[in-house]
Amino acid sequence: MSVSLPQLVKSPRKGVMPGNPACMGCPHTIGLKIVGRVLGDRAVLVVPAGCTSIIVGYGGKESLDMSFVHVPFASAAAVAAGLAAAFERKGLSDRIVIAWMGDGGGADIGFATLSGAAIRNDNIIAIVSDNEAYMNTGIQASSTTPWKARTTTSPVIGKTEEKKDLATIMLMHKVPYVATASVGYPLDFAAKLKRAAEIKGFRFIHLHSPCPTGWRFDASKTVEMAKLAVETGAWILWEYNRGRFEISPPSKPFADPSKRKPLKDYIMAQGRFSHLKDEDIEFIARKIEENWRIVRMLEKIFSS
Amino acid sequence: MGLHRKVLIGNFAVAEAVKLARVDVVAAYPITPQTLIVERIADMVERGELKAKYIRVESEHSALAAVYGAALGGARVFTATSSHGLLYMYEVVWWAAYSKAPIVMGLVTRVIGPPWNIHSDHHDILSVRDSGWIVAMAENVQEAFDLTIQAFRIAEDKRVLQPMMVGLDAFTLSHTAEPLDVPDQSDVDAFLPPREPLPFVMDPAKPFAMGNLGPDEWTMELRWTVWRSLERAKHVIKEVDREYAKKVNGREYGGLVERYRLDDAKYVAITWGAWSGDAKEAVDKLRDEGVPIGLLRIRFARPFPREELLEVASGAKAIVVVDRAVSMGLDGVFSTEVRSVLSGRVPVKSVVAGIGGVDTSYRDFVNIFKRFVDEYEKGETQEWIVPEWYMPWFKG
Repeated sequence: MSVSLPQLVKSPRKGVMPGNPACMGCPHTIGLKIVGRVLGDRAVLVVPAGCTSIIVGYGGKESLDMSFVHVPFASAAAVAAGLAAAFERKGLSDRIVIAWMGDGGGADIGFATLSGAAIRNDNIIAIVSDNEAYMNTGIQASSTTPWKARTTTSPVIGKTEEKKDLATIMLMHKVPYVATASVGYPLDFAAKLKRAAEIKGFRFIHLHSPCPTGWRFDASKTVEMAKLAVETGAWILWEYNRGRFEISPPSKPFADPSKRKPLKDYIMAQGRFSHLKDEDIEFIARKIEENWRIVRMLEKIFSS
Repeated sequence: MGLHRKVLIGNFAVAEAVKLARVDVVAAYPITPQTLIVERIADMVERGELKAKYIRVESEHSALAAVYGAALGGARVFTATSSHGLLYMYEVVWWAAYSKAPIVMGLVTRVIGPPWNIHSDHHDILSVRDSGWIVAMAENVQEAFDLTIQAFRIAEDKRVLQPMMVGLDAFTLSHTAEPLDVPDQSDVDAFLPPREPLPFVMDPAKPFAMGNLGPDEWTMELRWTVWRSLERAKHVIKEVDREYAKKVNGREYGGLVERYRLDDAKYVAITWGAWSGDAKEAVDKLRDEGVPIGLLRIRFARPFPREELLEVASGAKAIVVVDRAVSMGLDGVFSTEVRSVLSGRVPVKSVVAGIGGVDTSYRDFVNIFKRFVDEYEKGETQEWIVPEWYMPWFKG
């Protein structure tokens, strides 16, 4: 079920085409390229308000070579569920409906909708491309913005609440497939999409998408930042597939804290954290360790 | 033509119509007084009597979103709600209409709180009047049933392709059992063939963008398309009304309006919804007393029966509109519309009654109509510029 790099590169379907209106270094375009190249031939995208509403391009000059429908902010998973139900009723079950949203559409305003689709086990793939704030409206804090990150609505001291662990919450909906992924690991994400596509029911992928515009780092370093998140243990790649939970290969070595890169390298490379002190970074490190404990425990529980 | 006499409450009649329409996808969230529609449909689906997918959504917002998605996927779809449920759907209401998605919604009209109140007035249904939905309201259980079946034909017609809402008053219709004629499935099938695919389809093989950003002129052109669809719907509604009578149950309602004792009427009363039955009795009473009054019952708020109103008004001395919804700071809702179409051609009195579900009986209509005729004959029409709030119990 793996996908090779040449397969991704040479796919006639491109996902996102050049000349699109995304910011330089945009992580969503990396994610959309992978989605398009792996599932574009079978998929219809449902897109709520967010950066992707713009990235898809201006009417008549669309930048996606996939079918997609724009929908109101809080409605993506429900529209996708309806579309999937119609395809099923019309005998078009080979079509895959993907709700592609940001952290606003998935974790906040659209959270109840996402939860509803999950608990009904609606036959859709929901992907939250998480850039950790409302970037499209100008970098306002969301529930997945990390603690202390500066945004335009947490401009001085930074966000006072922690990041919502969306993937684990979705796992607790008892759905067949939940995974985390990262734009820094295209083959891991592609393989997860492919495995998800073979399953019927609700599938969820939480895609980590470092945003140069919102996090304040150089636009050439998106992939580097995504990799650093994994290599420092701050973002853990894992996969739950019908009863079996596994830490994904790229993250496996970093279960051992001694193998991780220094957290400071990841945190201080981002302008949004430039005001953090060493004790703040130590606090974040403790929180990261808590996440690892949860993930290791889940691996133990679902190890059949 | 096979008809079966049954006794059903309005909500069950609507559910029966949905079944006979062979709907593919239903999504709904319960709210009193709509619940019995969706409970009955869920029951039909689980028993296999209706081969449809029932999506038990977590909110009304998702109910309309889900049937919107299903409509884009080519399915025949239905949802139902009331009051706060409709308001919670509101952004999707507009999104669906501007997308030209052929959705049918049952709307059991209910008061918007506070205070909490589950009885009927018409603020909920009339809140969508500017959105591009086709908006109809039944007078009785039979009409709620017939309109629901007709709604699929109207909404899905290529000349229209707009969502349609079928209103029925809380409890007066939704929970009141009345005899009605239910047609054979074969007659409904002949009248309502399976839905044709949209001119656009969400097909992965042919990349297609729906709702994308574009020049502002595109938006205006699309709004104009919706406008023209509603104008064309006037013709389609009448056509469907006639064809339904011919193929299904012999009843022709008259299109956008029903004309009751209007032929020689000098005074015209205007209402819509279930209480029109009481208003008709009051008309009979005044006729017995020699007052030349008739009733124009509005069946469709959108598209508005502009031409019908002008025609009826051409022979009228004065008009009274009795509204169960008010546009705060201006007038009764239908009064504003009637005055707008008539542009001062005929004096119009506006009466706001039955707000909050206050029971308004045939006697109340007699009072309202008599005072209206009396004021006109005495030339006391100066006050007609503002609506009269009909609250006979109120001594404050």
